[in-house]
Amino acid sequence: MALSTSSNFALPDDAFRAVVEAHRDLTDEQSADFDAALVLILANHIGDIDVLREAIALARRRMIDGQQQQQQQQ
Amino acid sequence: MAQAKTQFGYRRHPDQDRPGANPAEHAVVVVGAGPVGLSLAIDLAQRGQRVVLLDDADRIGEGSRAICFSKRSLEYWDRLGVGDRMVEKGVVWSVGRIFHGESQLYQFNLLPEDGHKRPAFINLQQYYAEAYLVDRINDLPGIDLRWRNRVSALERRNDSVVLTIETPEGAYRLNAHYVIACDGARSSLRQMVGAEFAGQVFEDQFLIADVKMTAEFPTERWFWFDPPFHAGRSALLHKQPDDVWRIDLQLNRYADPAVEKQPENVRPRIARMLGHDKFEFEWISLYKFQCRRMDRFIHGRVVFAGDSAHQVSPFGARGANSGLEDAENLSWKLDRVLRGRSPASLLESYHIERSAAADENIRESTRSTDFMAPNSHQEARLRKAVLSLAKETEFGKRMVNGGRLSVPCSYDTPLSSPDADAWAGGPRPGCSMLDAPVSPRGGETAYLTDTFRQGGTYFTLLGFGNGAAIDVPDGVKEIRIGGANGLGDTAGLIAKRYDAAPGTAYLLRPDGYVAARFRHPTRAAIAAALSRAQGLN
Ligand SMILES: Cc1cc2nc3c(=O)[nH]c(=O)nc-3n(C[C@H](O)[C@H](O)[C@H](O)COP(=O)(O)OP(=O)(O)OC[C@H]3O[C@@H](n4cnc5c(N)ncnc54)[C@H](O)[C@@H]3O)c2cc1C
Repeated sequence: MALSTSSNFALPDDAFRAVVEAHRDLTDEQSADFDAALVLILANHIGDIDVLREAIALARRRMIDGQQQQQQQQ
Repeated sequence: MAQAKTQFGYRRHPDQDRPGANPAEHAVVVVGAGPVGLSLAIDLAQRGQRVVLLDDADRIGEGSRAICFSKRSLEYWDRLGVGDRMVEKGVVWSVGRIFHGESQLYQFNLLPEDGHKRPAFINLQQYYAEAYLVDRINDLPGIDLRWRNRVSALERRNDSVVLTIETPEGAYRLNAHYVIACDGARSSLRQMVGAEFAGQVFEDQFLIADVKMTAEFPTERWFWFDPPFHAGRSALLHKQPDDVWRIDLQLNRYADPAVEKQPENVRPRIARMLGHDKFEFEWISLYKFQCRRMDRFIHGRVVFAGDSAHQVSPFGARGANSGLEDAENLSWKLDRVLRGRSPASLLESYHIERSAAADENIRESTRSTDFMAPNSHQEARLRKAVLSLAKETEFGKRMVNGGRLSVPCSYDTPLSSPDADAWAGGPRPGCSMLDAPVSPRGGETAYLTDTFRQGGTYFTLLGFGNGAAIDVPDGVKEIRIGGANGLGDTAGLIAKRYDAAPGTAYLLRPDGYVAARFRHPTRAAIAAALSRAQGLN
């Protein structure tokens, strides 16, 4: 596993907050544009295709889990 | 289309007088006189094969179609004796610029270093390239080019193929040991062997126009995303000989081709782009691009090459260029097989190498086409992010995909002998040779690709002198750099490009690919690599 999923920030709340605040005063459309740019900037900074692929797989897995949960609740 | 002959007559051939049950027999029949079939026929004839080349038309293809021919293709055409003519007529270029809206995002140079005989690209109308190849065929013994000969049926036997051919004077049959199908993207031979042609069709349409005008634009490839004159879509401008300019404009998927192709509808679009309407149309066409390939390029004794085997969208100039690479890959192998010097199984390496190349070309041109015509809102959003990041970051620029232009593929192939020594650079086995200047003693500077070609089209050992003569197996030609009798490397570029030290040697295949390389070549090691590259073990 090349992707690190242990907590890397000394102050994780600060990191989360920074991303949240970056979206303040943006419309949904603008937020989506912002996210697209942010993802590409961070992906390039990581610069490791294996890490990127694992991160994508992890994020995708969340989507699928989420869908299943929704279906079960209905 | 001045100066080149483009209309050819049908002529009856004695083969047509043979009774149907006893057709004339030929070693190789090439079907299709496009750039691939023509080049393949020349290559085979130069190796001493007699070739029958059939084409259903009596003229060279309509419209310009391919315009960008790669360095690799020019090096191949040098070997076929037509390189100079192509380059003299063509427009040489290596720089491209990418614009977004009003402003330039970045520029690139496809051949930023000196010491190569051929430029990164020339632009030349496909009909000129075809005409020069036909002229070359007429100067060569051994090729029997038959116009208005359309293959209409194919019967596969155990050790041959029987073709039925329609002509203006009726049908006749031919018996061929090998048939090479270079009959284009709509290949009827592909249908005759019952093969599929699976892949992806892109929904957006592209309007392609060649216009004649005098203009001061530089000889560079200019590509726009979302230009002011064609909002929301992409555009391309590129110079060809004779003051002809290629213009591509992306249209949406719902555009009506019959309407959009009308010159009176195209004219205002192009006038908006150029800022004037002092131009004439040479050719207008509308395309939906496709990326498809055959599963197998070899069906018994029918071998597919060029667009019949694989089709790509044109962003990247990978169509004709990759078809020419097919031809150079196939011809030396087929020649060896026909002479009984290698087993027929050597041809399987053609399928392995060139189908992997087709996958790479399809992957690259699919990515470019998708970048130009995003498939979803989110894809469009990511593209927008890349284009905006490209203004201020280097990584953004490099993600902008306005076409990745054709370079020779590297082969992961059973014909290569893996490296046994340590290398810090140079082309590894399975890669194409690199050009560099060489200086013959007392002579003028020449190029390695020339020296390679002049030696004939055999296996070649490129050796870097250390005094001791290398014991070269029979039938292998030697190019020696440095040492007492070798060619000079005045610029030091050969040694650098090949990561060479005294004693280093590269074994090159007849198509200029590296088969093996050695720090301390022995006769046994070279012989083993040679028989492997010839499919002998
Ligand atoms: C708009 C456009 C731009 C392009 N730009 C580029 C570019 O810049 N660079 C590049 O490398 N490629 C480019 N291409 C692709 C290039 O044109 C093709 O890849 C190339 O023509 C393929 O050559 P070919 O010899 O395989 O087939 P073709 O050129 O299609 O030739 C096939 C020949 O077979 C003949 N034939 C067909 N059926 C039969 C039959 N049954 N019997 C006898 N003869 C038959 C046909 O008459 C034809 O002469 C472009 C294509 C288009 C459409």
